[in-house]
Amino acid sequence: MSSGKQEEIRPAFLECGIPVKPVYGPEDVKASGGFEGIGKPGEYPFTRGIHPLMYRKRPFTMRQYSGFGTAADTNRRFKWLIENGQTGLNVAFDLPTQIGLDSDDPMAEGEVGRVGMAVDSLLDMEEAFEGIDLDRITVSLTINGAAVVLMAMYFAMARKRGYDLSSLRGTAQNDILKEFVGRGTWVFPVEPSIKLVGDTIEFCAEHLPKYSPVSVCGYHIRESGARPHEEMAYAFLIARAYMDHVIGRGLDVDRFASRLSFNFDIHGLFLEQIAKFRAGRRLWARTVKEEYGAKNPRSMVLRMIAGGGGGGLTIEQPELNIVRTAYYALMSALSGTQTMALCSYDEAYTIPTERAARITLRTMQIVIEETGICDTVDPLGGSFAVETMTNEMEGKIREAMAEVDRWGGIVNAIAEGRLQAHVSREAYEREKGIREGTIPKVGVNRYRIEEEEPKVEIHPYHPEEADRARARLRELRAGRDGAAVEKALGAVREAAAAGKNVMPAVMEAVVRYATVGEIMGALREEYGAYREPVRF
Amino acid sequence: MAIRVLIGKLGLDGHDVGAKVVSRALMERGFEVIYTGLRKSPEEIARIALQEDVDAVGVSILSGAHLPLLERLAAVLREQGLGDKLWLAGGVIPREDRERVRELGFAGVFPTGSDFDAIAAFIRENVR
Repeated sequence: MSSGKQEEIRPAFLECGIPVKPVYGPEDVKASGGFEGIGKPGEYPFTRGIHPLMYRKRPFTMRQYSGFGTAADTNRRFKWLIENGQTGLNVAFDLPTQIGLDSDDPMAEGEVGRVGMAVDSLLDMEEAFEGIDLDRITVSLTINGAAVVLMAMYFAMARKRGYDLSSLRGTAQNDILKEFVGRGTWVFPVEPSIKLVGDTIEFCAEHLPKYSPVSVCGYHIRESGARPHEEMAYAFLIARAYMDHVIGRGLDVDRFASRLSFNFDIHGLFLEQIAKFRAGRRLWARTVKEEYGAKNPRSMVLRMIAGGGGGGLTIEQPELNIVRTAYYALMSALSGTQTMALCSYDEAYTIPTERAARITLRTMQIVIEETGICDTVDPLGGSFAVETMTNEMEGKIREAMAEVDRWGGIVNAIAEGRLQAHVSREAYEREKGIREGTIPKVGVNRYRIEEEEPKVEIHPYHPEEADRARARLRELRAGRDGAAVEKALGAVREAAAAGKNVMPAVMEAVVRYATVGEIMGALREEYGAYREPVRF
Repeated sequence: MAIRVLIGKLGLDGHDVGAKVVSRALMERGFEVIYTGLRKSPEEIARIALQEDVDAVGVSILSGAHLPLLERLAAVLREQGLGDKLWLAGGVIPREDRERVRELGFAGVFPTGSDFDAIAAFIRENVR
């Protein structure tokens, strides 16, 4: 009987829970919401991409995350990456810098320059970008908890070098809400943290209209365990929280929305990932137009970096990660990303060695220059399977957003630890699935090599670099105008206490060579420290 | 009585997926788990361990700073009279560092990807 035959079909599901059909046709697209939302590339609702000609006119930027040791070490790596054809920079800061501690803070011991470059003052920022043309290479700063200070340092450095801030491009990650869910470089409690993001958006709308002050990250929430539709849903809710905040201050949506950008993860199922981005673009455009009343179409476009994929890579048989990231690069390009970055194959062990970093960069270059898939815009558009999944995914993202609304909204769900508990349960389910083999992972739960001890070259760490950073800090403190620093720090405190935008005062403080730790300390006096809700 | 295990995040590293996953896996296997949350100093780990009267202290580090951090933690735990408890270390701990970590007194070293049942069995066998 036919029913007997049906049982033989291997079941398949997308990670978002939707069953996958073996064959899709036009009837599936119709049943899931129709062809109406597809549109044309570069036109509302931007399902097929945010530019009419996409990569034919504007190739995606290749922007590997990098930085380690001192500013001088990082400057050398930046120049090496540029020589190798990288088209953007993405700065990794060490953990003390990320949470606003100076290199000589006792809590920083053992961590200075370890996972990124150590920055204490404007001096380091100047050294990191020495000899790099900031008009030619755009820079993304992966900084969140201490974003106001590091953004101010970057702006001050650029201004000193003669760049006009009103035309300066670049991006700061500066998405603090996701830090409470994943990544963990929070500093202040939730409310003042949002206020500081608002300060940067407002400041940039006024003084740096080409700069992207926030890159809202689904990425780290996905890496922390969330499923693909939740990754998009939570990122959109977080973006809305920032938007609501600055609109509440009186800023018109069209003055800042076009400068918001997004950062998403790429590992997972091939077609689902592509559907995720197409659906996300459409949903975001509709949100900004219909719910926020934006008039400028550029306010409605979802600009993004899509890549990374760390959560899909494995400790076991690490060279297989080179193959995985090649697929991720392909998925990312087929998704219509503006910027791509990929984890390197050794990244589960160490920050990438030069060799690993070069392989990853070449992986992206192969996709863009060899494969030809960037010659045609949204080549999967019109596929019955992809269009059906895009429609279904839009529905799943909306469901996940509605669920958080039932929890009292994203800000509450994060402040109470509810979202974190939900995401960490999903991480556990995923881990269990991998260990039990229900989620296939080659080299891990199948085709495993039991005796294998992977040989990975570990990126060296030089503790004497931390000594150099501390010595430099001592010299700086001895040589600068102490009274001017005190005065500038006082102004930072006052601005924070008065609920004013702190950016002008922070700019003045960094120019006076106040340190990251000093400025963050001044803000901490006013805002207090975050207390993490531990909830399972 | 259920075995009480502290799972802590030592140092500034914000990667807590693994620590939370292992906490949940141990809870499912009948352990009582006290998870510390992020960014704890050696002194705070020791204080929580004493306060909660745990049988085992496990910490997770993925930043690469495991050697200096574990050295300090070992000293503080001994100082606080926790030298007789079972100590565990997890996270990104490269092969060439594992012997050193064991020498410091962390009897169980469970790098990323370790089997949950193996961690549970090790704790059951080695808690005194």
